[in-house]
Amino acid sequence: MMTNQELQNLIGSWFPNPEATEVTSETKENPEVTEQTEAQSKPSQPINKSLLEFTDEGSEFLNITVQPEHLYRLMGQLRSNEQTCFDYLFCLTGMDWEPELGVVYHLESTVNRHAIVVKVKTSDRENPNFDSVWDIWRTAEFHEREVFDFFGIKFNNHPNLKRLFLTENWEGFPLRKDYVDDVNMVIM
Amino acid sequence: MKEFIEIDKDFKTEPYQINMGPQHPATHGVLNLLLTIDGEIIKKVEPDLGYIHRSIEKMCERDSYQQIVHLTDRMDYLSANINNEAVCLTVEKALQLEIPDRVKVIRTIIGELTRISSHCLWWGVMGMDVGALTTYFYGFRDREMLNDIFEETCGARLTMNYNVPGGLMYDIHPNFVGRVKKFIDHFKTKIPEYDRLLSENVIFQKRTKGVGILSKEDAISFGVSGPVGRASGYSCDVRKYHPYSAFDRVDFNEVLRTEGDTFARYQVRIQELWESLYVVEQLIDNIPEGEYRVKTNAVIKLPKGEFYQKVETARGELGVYIISTGTKNPYRLKFRSPGFSNLSALNHMAVGSKIGDLVAIMATLDLVIPDIDR
Repeated sequence: MMTNQELQNLIGSWFPNPEATEVTSETKENPEVTEQTEAQSKPSQPINKSLLEFTDEGSEFLNITVQPEHLYRLMGQLRSNEQTCFDYLFCLTGMDWEPELGVVYHLESTVNRHAIVVKVKTSDRENPNFDSVWDIWRTAEFHEREVFDFFGIKFNNHPNLKRLFLTENWEGFPLRKDYVDDVNMVIM
Repeated sequence: MKEFIEIDKDFKTEPYQINMGPQHPATHGVLNLLLTIDGEIIKKVEPDLGYIHRSIEKMCERDSYQQIVHLTDRMDYLSANINNEAVCLTVEKALQLEIPDRVKVIRTIIGELTRISSHCLWWGVMGMDVGALTTYFYGFRDREMLNDIFEETCGARLTMNYNVPGGLMYDIHPNFVGRVKKFIDHFKTKIPEYDRLLSENVIFQKRTKGVGILSKEDAISFGVSGPVGRASGYSCDVRKYHPYSAFDRVDFNEVLRTEGDTFARYQVRIQELWESLYVVEQLIDNIPEGEYRVKTNAVIKLPKGEFYQKVETARGELGVYIISTGTKNPYRLKFRSPGFSNLSALNHMAVGSKIGDLVAIMATLDLVIPDIDR
């Protein structure tokens, strides 16, 4: 079992900063979060912040936000690396952060029993798409369909991406925050 | 004088699709399976969901945390109390509330009794699915005793709503301990009866052994949990790995099988009845004195952040993922339901077997449809 700090150091080393001389300074949009995390989230070696970012959400897990184009590479490495060996995707959540859309992956290792959270975000609300991870964890096939159904997030290379719960001709994506529900009469 | 009809050599068979459900007895609810079959051999199973989807996750976004608890027992109604507990534990974790020992013990006892009740129902229905109607009445007879106990203490028989953030709705009924002990004594004589009636039945064994095999690697990859995962040798008991409530102070075994077939899943659940009884037995005489509830604010506001809590329901791992922005409603609440992930493995398990086997596989997956269609 690796601690969150060890995981952070290891994963950070997969995304090295090409300009190693650059001093890592926390430049986050939210000043509140920065204050809490500054002490813990300094990686031992500089990582490329434009690809990967560690955040603290007040949960027991280590949170990583990764750029969409590097999602598949990171996920594959998390699964196959012997030290991390995250073989169990136990939760896949679609998110609407307003204005960003995204997906949260909860991973656990059944060998080492440590857990991690990976987040991916995009500000493209018209045509959001990420790489599918269904060939890394088979359960993602179903979960990604659910996310597509309720958030309209498309997953590249998904074998069967269509509505799961709703009918094919349903308009809009109900779990988005800007969804207008004019069918429901019991709105509080 | 027999005349045989010569089969035309040019006669061809081809795969075709049929619907199983949405109103099929084996689906235990409103689930439609689109089967692609060649003769009687299953080529593909495609579940069509959403017949009873109520969008509980969206409803949670407008409700207060006390209200959310009441929605959760409409998901997996057979482990209603454990679902309630999951939300309460998440809220308490976020508020960093110290919960009295009395509450922890009572929650564990009722949770384990819920598991027994759920497995009783499953056992009855399992027998019925493979053609043994008698088991249904035996299972429901014992479950009735538990429902009466729940009714007396919680006020409801199925959707109990007994947990609130901070503790319990009210204290246990004075008769509770006595009746639970009586049930333990009664049920200990009944599990061997279950074995004699169904487990040792040759026809039943022939219908379940070697059917719907799921390997350990696949079980993990498909995110399968609960008895289904443990029958494949995948050690995944949340009560062991992430103990909550009073599970850190009780002794019980995690039931594991390695065969991964339908009969192994059956055996795991039967064995879990013994383990749950054992847990209740350890706690029932040692319910600590104290408060049954910690005072919380009338309007609960969680701090900003993300909170995740998992519990072991009768079906597997239930996760509650709350994203809070500091208001009285969650910004987003996700239920990681065990049934949904278990269902994702169905196609993999059923391909190559016959339609009759699919019924047996479905029965040991123990799907509760409202849990899948949250």
